[in-house]
Amino acid sequence: MNIHEYQGKEILRKYGVAVPNGKVAFTVDEAVQAAEELGTNVSVVKAQIHAGGRGKAGGVKVAKNIDEVRTYADEILGKTLITHQTGPEGKEVKRLLIEEGCDIKKEYYIGLVLDRATSRVTMMASEEGGTEIEEVAATTPEKIFKEVIDPVTGLLPYQARRLAFNINIPAEYLSKAVKFMMGLYQVFVEKDCSIAEINPLVTTGDGEVLALDAKLNFDDNALFRQKDIVEYRDLEEEDEKEIEASKYDLSYIALDGNIGCMVNGAGLAMATMDIIKHYNGDPANFLDVGGGATAEKVTEAFKIILSDKNVKGIFVNIFGGIMKCDVIAEGVVQATKEVGLTIPLVVRLEGTNVDAGKKILADSGLNITPAESMADGAEKIVALVNEA
Amino acid sequence: MSVFINKDTKVLVQGITGSTALFHTKQMLEYGTKIVGGVTPKKGGTEVEGVPVYNTVQEAVEQTGANASVIYVPAPFAADAIIEAVDAELDLVICITEHIPVMDMVKVKRYMEGKNTRLVGPNCPGVITPDECKIGIMPGYIHKKGHIGVVSRSGTLTYEAVHQLSQAGFGQSTAVGIGGDPVNGTDFIDTLKAFNEDPETEAVMMIGEIGGTAEEEAAEWVKANMTKPVVGFIGGRTAPPGKRMGHAGAIISGGKGTAEEKIKIMNNCGIKVAETPSVMGETLISVLEEKGLIDKCKTH
Repeated sequence: MNIHEYQGKEILRKYGVAVPNGKVAFTVDEAVQAAEELGTNVSVVKAQIHAGGRGKAGGVKVAKNIDEVRTYADEILGKTLITHQTGPEGKEVKRLLIEEGCDIKKEYYIGLVLDRATSRVTMMASEEGGTEIEEVAATTPEKIFKEVIDPVTGLLPYQARRLAFNINIPAEYLSKAVKFMMGLYQVFVEKDCSIAEINPLVTTGDGEVLALDAKLNFDDNALFRQKDIVEYRDLEEEDEKEIEASKYDLSYIALDGNIGCMVNGAGLAMATMDIIKHYNGDPANFLDVGGGATAEKVTEAFKIILSDKNVKGIFVNIFGGIMKCDVIAEGVVQATKEVGLTIPLVVRLEGTNVDAGKKILADSGLNITPAESMADGAEKIVALVNEA
Repeated sequence: MSVFINKDTKVLVQGITGSTALFHTKQMLEYGTKIVGGVTPKKGGTEVEGVPVYNTVQEAVEQTGANASVIYVPAPFAADAIIEAVDAELDLVICITEHIPVMDMVKVKRYMEGKNTRLVGPNCPGVITPDECKIGIMPGYIHKKGHIGVVSRSGTLTYEAVHQLSQAGFGQSTAVGIGGDPVNGTDFIDTLKAFNEDPETEAVMMIGEIGGTAEEEAAEWVKANMTKPVVGFIGGRTAPPGKRMGHAGAIISGGKGTAEEKIKIMNNCGIKVAETPSVMGETLISVLEEKGLIDKCKTH
């Protein structure tokens, strides 16, 4: 789950990680009021969307007085920002962060991620602040320093010091930099983050070490124990169909094609997309109904697939293990009746209770094209969609 | 012979009284798996499907002599269940549960350092040695006894591969689902090593997917150590970057973990990679032909 920058900074502040003073604003008036309350000479007007690259797209402006705050807030609110992370359709700005300006001495990068190779949380740091870490990794990998963290001890002060020295944070900032890193690690583990990225971290003229930006992502699997994080969820930033799917524990990702897919298991779902492409079709979505699907869940999955107006045909590919084929078949029949399906439907069933499942489909009297294998099913749905 | 499990493996089911666990306990018993006990706190002293239930893993091990367990405990409690099983010094723990928080698994992995228990999973279909022992949720009937080892990050894609092999007449020594999470127990290399040492296994099918670098590392290991042919498949060729494809581990991030990159390295390491998921079996058979292993591997 993603949250906004201002929400991330709220969390950081609670853990003693220094961030500039700032306030969220939903309207131009609120923005002006926020700047007045901050009372600083310079304030920064920052678009709040769930995507990086906002500065380059014109979503971050430095205002030298209240009039400029008004002008910039008016300009940015309601604007659609197109960045390298939003996709070509961009994202509309509905919230602003009004933040005090600060006297930046130098920018750095600090990030926490899970290192899959060691199965441990790793802190990365670089003195190339403000640049994307992937770019630094590609061009000057020697400028990235890492500390692998033992979950028993947590990040240790010497590790934080070593990072600070390695990225050449001046000695007078050392104790604040260490406190910053220790706090950030606490946030990461206590809040079940999947990514915590501070880019840039800055040193200031008045001796502070601050998070100028904050990107926190959270492990969806841990949200059951992070109620306060769930409160931060901004549904307007998410795809409607993906929200609907998540209500029913379905894993759905919208794509650009016209063949709707319903599959059990993430690996098979990806492979199903691959094979549709192989037969020159174009998948409209990734959809994993998961292991514990009920007939009701399958019906909802169907409705979500059909709510995509580009969908011209559906391919159901099920290899039952934990999932039983008869349950899927019942769901397919129920859904087909309920939504009055008018487009081609190809169903391939194999695995647990397959005979019962096939019988339910055959006895339903519905216009369902059975497939013998996934290749057969992919070929059939591509042909049917092309005919239509 | 086989890897990890065989007809003598004595299995406990943790969380046996849940509905999924009950269904699959029945299926495992029907397959012939020696299920010697179940564990559900506060249900000790009862019996389900003719299997005695205990309150703790330790008690169950003392009473039954079990050496393996399979976990169906819900995600919030699954890490605790794994550690309980490791603490009871079982040889093998297979965790089926999906959606376990990553930070929980980081702690589990740390706890397991220096211990002798092998963990398979979480978020996996389990392990099966056809005609001997099935531990997990895979449909038993698609498997045939034979000489092909199968190892995979994906459950249902494993079934697909096994089904193709069985239909073509090539049985399996053991099929191992290692699971799709970013932090898991047994990995590709552990399993490949076991297949390499197993006299029954003649060739291996390795099924990976986008995200991480486990396939690349396994490919390098194969090149340096493996004496048996390995064939591969990578799911997610057409997946867009930055989107998590269901499995927590299946995401292309920062240009890393793409299918193209993995396939390239696997090819360079002598692993033939199936072009589509429907030709996984055919691709393996073509390699068996090249190596003159058809007669040895054709089982039915």
